[in-house]
Amino acid sequence: MTGSPILEVGSLGCSIGRKRILDSVSFAVGRAEFVSLIGPNGAGKTTMLKCLMKILPFDGGAVRINGIDLHLLGQKELASYAAYVPQADSRYLPFTVEEFVMTGRYPYLSPFTACRASDRSAVRESMELTGIDALADRRMAGLSGGERQLVMIAAALAQGAEMMLLDEPAAFLDPGHERSVMRLLREINGRLGTTVLMVTHDINRAILTSGRVLVLDSGRLEYSGAAVDLISSGVLEKIYRREFDCIPHPDAGCDIIVPDVIEYDG
Amino acid sequence: MTAKEKMTMTGLLLAAAAVLLIAPFIGIERITPAAMMEGESVVREIFWRIRVPRVLVGFIAGASLALSGMAFQAVFRNPLATPFTLGVSSGAAFGAALYMKLGLAFGMAWLSGQSISAFFWAAVSIALVYGLTKVRRGFSTATMLIAGVAINFFFSSLILFMQYMSDFTQSFRIVRWLMGGVETIGYSSIWTLVPFMAAGVSIVFASLRELDLLSLGDDIAAGRGVEVKRTRRRIFIAASLLVGGVVSVCGPIAFVGMMAPHICRLIVGERHARLAPASFLFGGTFLVLCDTLARTVIAPAEIPVGVITALLGGPFFLWLLLGGATEKSLIYGRESV
Repeated sequence: MTGSPILEVGSLGCSIGRKRILDSVSFAVGRAEFVSLIGPNGAGKTTMLKCLMKILPFDGGAVRINGIDLHLLGQKELASYAAYVPQADSRYLPFTVEEFVMTGRYPYLSPFTACRASDRSAVRESMELTGIDALADRRMAGLSGGERQLVMIAAALAQGAEMMLLDEPAAFLDPGHERSVMRLLREINGRLGTTVLMVTHDINRAILTSGRVLVLDSGRLEYSGAAVDLISSGVLEKIYRREFDCIPHPDAGCDIIVPDVIEYDG
Repeated sequence: MTAKEKMTMTGLLLAAAAVLLIAPFIGIERITPAAMMEGESVVREIFWRIRVPRVLVGFIAGASLALSGMAFQAVFRNPLATPFTLGVSSGAAFGAALYMKLGLAFGMAWLSGQSISAFFWAAVSIALVYGLTKVRRGFSTATMLIAGVAINFFFSSLILFMQYMSDFTQSFRIVRWLMGGVETIGYSSIWTLVPFMAAGVSIVFASLRELDLLSLGDDIAAGRGVEVKRTRRRIFIAASLLVGGVVSVCGPIAFVGMMAPHICRLIVGERHARLAPASFLFGGTFLVLCDTLARTVIAPAEIPVGVITALLGGPFFLWLLLGGATEKSLIYGRESV
């Protein structure tokens, strides 16, 4: 971690109805870090991202972004610090790809001003970086899942925020698209210095792509540490309530999980 | 703006201008520009005191309904969300009928009490329908339509009750008004409509980018920097102003609020910077055309324009519901919460 952290979360709590979704979660994310957030279904990962983006209200603790208390940040200001890519779903999205990416410039536009040259160039650059320039005039509704996810990231990128929060950015993608999304995130992180906080279920991806991993289980933070130490920490067995087989990765040198053989013994 | 977009917008503008200029001459009493020039006082009277105000009321009403429909469609993210299907028209109608029945006579400054009452009850029914869709987390088309139907029934029965309690003339007045019509004498209805329309239209036009973002979903909108709750409330108020104003003067006019924005979406695309002016012009033009038809098709008798729009709107609604909408619609699956 270099300098002051971009995100500080102190004993964050959140309840939906009577259910406690997040319970006293504390962590910090440094500038230009690449952090993965893993945990079983229902652990509170998505809720946490939504609390950080002020989509859901939280009822305890404090969140500071760039040192500013989240309660004091207006939504537009927050959006200029942090961009959010929600979980992929099948919702209908209007607009063409370019129009959609342009929505990322919202925090910088007032109601009656037209888009400026700087907005247009931000849109063009993020479309080039994500490799979707060829799709510019296609309709969002006609894109494949992989293309759609790249466009979602491009729009978040056009937002020009220092931090990007992504909810399972590669879920439902084929291995080819999965890799292009991950490469893109690494490039955004490495080249632009954007801080990435990514929710994922892919433990190996978390180990191989991120510097640090946060583990959430039943609303509590169970682990925060280097990605390479995740397996040896034993936290996975605890939170997923199962055993894992590991082997060393041929290139990375660290351990990764291998899928286990499922036998039918009837 | 691309050249094609410019042409489309110019086309809509010219069509609106043409309809506004020509429609006042058409009706049971054929009026020619020559007759106007000759200065026959009866003809002039019909033209300036009946036809022109009627066409203006029609345009304002159509434009307001179209714009409110567009706003509802964006916020509910569903092409079937309109003042009529959501029960907001009924709410406004109840407000106006209540005012008529009780013979209340309040007003604020120059605003008509009937319109204020309609606005208030329109806002109440929006709050109800939105609350109902939120109770069952996620907002499927079915939940929304059922909530709308429920609210429609509720307010319709209250209106029926009031009619039942009214004497014969009062009851007839309410029935005729409920059919929806834009006929008027003189300019008082226009002065009633204008403040509501002006306020509603300004709010909507100041929120075009927010409407774009809300039509992507609350989570994406918030992530881009929209204060979702506050914006939604503001837009609901604008829609209540537009619907309340129109309904108090013209009665509930069905389906303009659904058809106009939907057709415009096919013509100018989905961005509200184009869609809003297009819907405004199209809705106004469309209702004036329907009204011109209404006062000529079985001349010398007249049909209330609401009957015509409902006749056209019914099949359109079915087409949207049964599949015409699936490809280009805003119909979503469940929203992930």
